[in-house]
Amino acid sequence: MKIGVVTFPGTLDDRDAARAARLAGAEVVSLWHADTNLHKVDAVVLPGGFSYGDYLRCGAIAAQAPVMESIIKAANGGLPVLGICNGFQVLVESHLLPGGLIRNEHQNFICRDQKLRVENVDTAWTNEFELGQEITIPLKNGEGGYIATQETLKQLEGDGLIAFRYLELNPNGSMNDIAGLRNARGNVVGLMPHPEHAVEPGFGPDTATAMRSGVDGLKFFTSVMKALVNA
Amino acid sequence: MPKIIVEVMPKADLLDPQGKAVANALHRSGNERFENVRIGKRIELHVSGEVTEADLAQAKLVAESFLSNGVIEDVVNIHVEG
Repeated sequence: MKIGVVTFPGTLDDRDAARAARLAGAEVVSLWHADTNLHKVDAVVLPGGFSYGDYLRCGAIAAQAPVMESIIKAANGGLPVLGICNGFQVLVESHLLPGGLIRNEHQNFICRDQKLRVENVDTAWTNEFELGQEITIPLKNGEGGYIATQETLKQLEGDGLIAFRYLELNPNGSMNDIAGLRNARGNVVGLMPHPEHAVEPGFGPDTATAMRSGVDGLKFFTSVMKALVNA
Repeated sequence: MPKIIVEVMPKADLLDPQGKAVANALHRSGNERFENVRIGKRIELHVSGEVTEADLAQAKLVAESFLSNGVIEDVVNIHVEG
């Protein structure tokens, strides 16, 4: 199974995302922002960072990149796509997910191990979790405040399109504590926290058992492997 | 060279953290009269020759589809200068 990881100018976490995909057993293909060719990948990760320096709006310029033209088309056809942090912002700016992300309510950049509740397991990227499972993965963003119109929020809640919610602390003022969303089909998932930073013992968040032993993020990548095998 | 000016503001009912930070700094320096501050963007589109109706229509299109995000921002003004 081949997972493509996109690099835009200003992307930072592409190597971590590639490593996470490899740990889940995938073959990783690097995708370049200026190339419309997706090289027959079975899934795509839009990693975190500050594409195009966050100019105009976070993710707005990346959403216009040649590679996104192909990804938007493929995502509408069912290709699994995961957007992490800046990748989530790119998905929102590409209209693959609704709403917008604005500067954190408290105006500070925030970096912490964040507890989340898994709100939906019927997606390509969350099927290995239990519904309602509490997980901890790192969060690091300056513009992670999720907003949408009341009408959109009602639809997201009613249709079960919220994939993850912040627990214990809402780190950025996101409406309805929304940390991540899925699309109706379940192939597109976006979230602000970083699963790819919690995939390997020794480098993840602290757990009750041992320091830096948290690997809750790995299930995003094993989920998509499972979804692809069953597809 | 004539310019098409596009002005974009964060939606009125949304928190504008940038404006809030600037308002706080103004208040610290004794400018209490300026109760609230909101910060938007002015984007200049430079056009060679004369600005046509078609240019303006295209500017309106990109202003709404790319230069602003309708979920969080409003295009408040588009006009020609120079």
